[in-house]
Amino acid sequence: MDGQWAFIGLLLIVGLILPAVVILFNWLLGPRKPNSLKNSIYECGIETVGETWIQLKSQYYIFALIFVVFDVEAVFLLPWAVAYDKLQFYMVLEGVLFILILAAGLMYAWRKGVLEWV
Amino acid sequence: MDQILSDPFGWFNHLLHSLLEGWGLSPGFISFALNLLGAFVMGLGVLFLTLFLIWAERKIIARIQDRLGPNRVGPFGILQTVADLVKLVTKELIVPVGADLGPYNLAPLLAVMSVVGLWAVIPLAPKLLGADINVGVLYVVSIGAISTLSIMLAGISSNNKYALLGAFRTVAQMVSYAVPMVLALIVPTLLAGSMGMVEIVEEQRSIWFLVIAPVAALIFFISSIAEVGRTPFDLLEAESELVAGFHIEYSGLRFGMFFVAEFLHAFTISALTTTLFLGGWQGPGAAEYPLLGLFYFGIKTALVYFVVIWVRGSFPRIRIDQMNQLNWKLITPLALVSLMVTAVVEKLVVEMGLIRIGVHLGANLLLLALTLWALRAYSRTVRRRVENPMSGLTQSAHQSLSGE
Amino acid sequence: MTVTQLVFLLTGGVTLGAALMVVLSPRLVHAALWLILSLAGTAVLFVLLEAGFLAVVQVAIYIDAIAILIIIVIMLTRRVMIRGETQITRNWWLGALSALILFGGLLILLDMVPIIAIDTPPPIADADQLLEDLGRSLVDVDRFILPFEVASIMLLAALIGSIMIAWPLTTRAEGEGDQ
Repeated sequence: MDGQWAFIGLLLIVGLILPAVVILFNWLLGPRKPNSLKNSIYECGIETVGETWIQLKSQYYIFALIFVVFDVEAVFLLPWAVAYDKLQFYMVLEGVLFILILAAGLMYAWRKGVLEWV
Repeated sequence: MDQILSDPFGWFNHLLHSLLEGWGLSPGFISFALNLLGAFVMGLGVLFLTLFLIWAERKIIARIQDRLGPNRVGPFGILQTVADLVKLVTKELIVPVGADLGPYNLAPLLAVMSVVGLWAVIPLAPKLLGADINVGVLYVVSIGAISTLSIMLAGISSNNKYALLGAFRTVAQMVSYAVPMVLALIVPTLLAGSMGMVEIVEEQRSIWFLVIAPVAALIFFISSIAEVGRTPFDLLEAESELVAGFHIEYSGLRFGMFFVAEFLHAFTISALTTTLFLGGWQGPGAAEYPLLGLFYFGIKTALVYFVVIWVRGSFPRIRIDQMNQLNWKLITPLALVSLMVTAVVEKLVVEMGLIRIGVHLGANLLLLALTLWALRAYSRTVRRRVENPMSGLTQSAHQSLSGE
Repeated sequence: MTVTQLVFLLTGGVTLGAALMVVLSPRLVHAALWLILSLAGTAVLFVLLEAGFLAVVQVAIYIDAIAILIIIVIMLTRRVMIRGETQITRNWWLGALSALILFGGLLILLDMVPIIAIDTPPPIADADQLLEDLGRSLVDVDRFILPFEVASIMLLAALIGSIMIAWPLTTRAEGEGDQ
């Protein structure tokens, strides 16, 4: 078991280092002529107007929040699914009840209109 | 020779092992060295595969669009990607002023790392896979969402409001579509009784999960395409809208790494769909001859990848509010219902074999039929609303309704 | 010094260092990123304890969902671009002193606990079986069925609560912000 995770850790590190090496090549081989026009922030070809920062909508927060709730739900459901073969029928229904409660949450969000992208 | 055919990867592993032992190294170090070698080969192999994948995609898209595609550099234009790579290497790495250098440099590395890491758990052949962990499905979810994180880092650190906007839209899309993807992933876990990819593939020895749970497979496929950010969900790179989105301020191979990560991710989800729903390396004779299993896996993954490219060439890009509605009002409820239906039906049907498959298939087709009927009813009400505008509505309200 | 011990020391060091940087970072976004590193270090520690499932749960929930939520919330406030002053106040030595006293107290307490044999730990049962037992006990009437269902109701409450809080903001912000 440990050896398997060691492979995963090594693959992740290799996956981190290989693009770093490639970008290093680019850094070594590419020209380096910075001037203020090239380094300025891109804004459709004109000079940047105002702060380079804007107010974002709280819609993004709602989506991330719903994702958190459903992610935790999935983490609860996965052991239930792994043990599925050994479960009796009423245990399966309990899992279905779990899903239904969260589906009700989704319904609530739908009816409240927070899922619209205005 | 017989042992080579029936267990080539074990034989090769044994060969390397005895070679290193002959050099007098300790067993712990040997296993570490072999793991490192395997990880290195897999990482390099997967990145080289991307060169070929980009060429294949450009060729197929070109043919769909009735043109030739790259055909100058090398036979059939195969070396086109190499030429592009060489061009990108010699580009100047322009860093925008005021950019946050730590996350700015880290973002492309994380994007590639998350995709390469996915290949660790995919079983390529009966004994050939990176890591046989028993939580493969959840691992796929967790590592896949690191690419979401990398996009967010790229957008925030670029000091550019368009990059920020693009990054947030991208993250909203990816996070939204991760919900049905995770829910659809519970279905093969349920059917196989384990989260490990190896067990899931082995449980498909009699029948593919695609036949038992087509709705879940479809949902997984669609939400994976949306997760990767390909057409028809690629509004993040819509040049006419957000001017290249979160990677505006990246140049040279930093941008190249994002590009590589996207293409590789598309192929990786084809491989995942194959493993989870199409039986992975299963096929006639694959259990005895693992090399045959590798061949089957390659064919199936290439087929699914072709469908992904086909979808790209056929559908127009959808708007962000349409994409949102599609996810929360159609795909997520469908994923929840399909999960519940599969769970209940699987327990109710005590018979094994064809009757069980028939009942599952029937339930899924019923679900699809109900969904299509509901969609038809919905589209009819929308069309009626557009064609007969209610009296008293102003012109602008009418226009906003027809944009529905 | 086996490889596992080396990895443990390294991971522990990285986790603690990242946690320290979370507190000391003058910019909020950097603090969030150090937090992600610290959470990843915890996941590696779970792997070292042979709790593979918990490790992926840690990554899937903390890093993928909660860290992104935190970053979005940080970006929603206007204070993110302000490079704050150093986070070290004038009386930092008071905080350091109390932390040291607490640490010393913990050490003394641990010393008083009877010695646990620090050999190889008892072999953990087959990991597949563990996962299956966990799943079964979640829906078993004698075990954790009630917390299981209450957890879903709690998630529902969290969902409804945040929608109620964030929804007036959504409609109010319709005039400003992006399209």
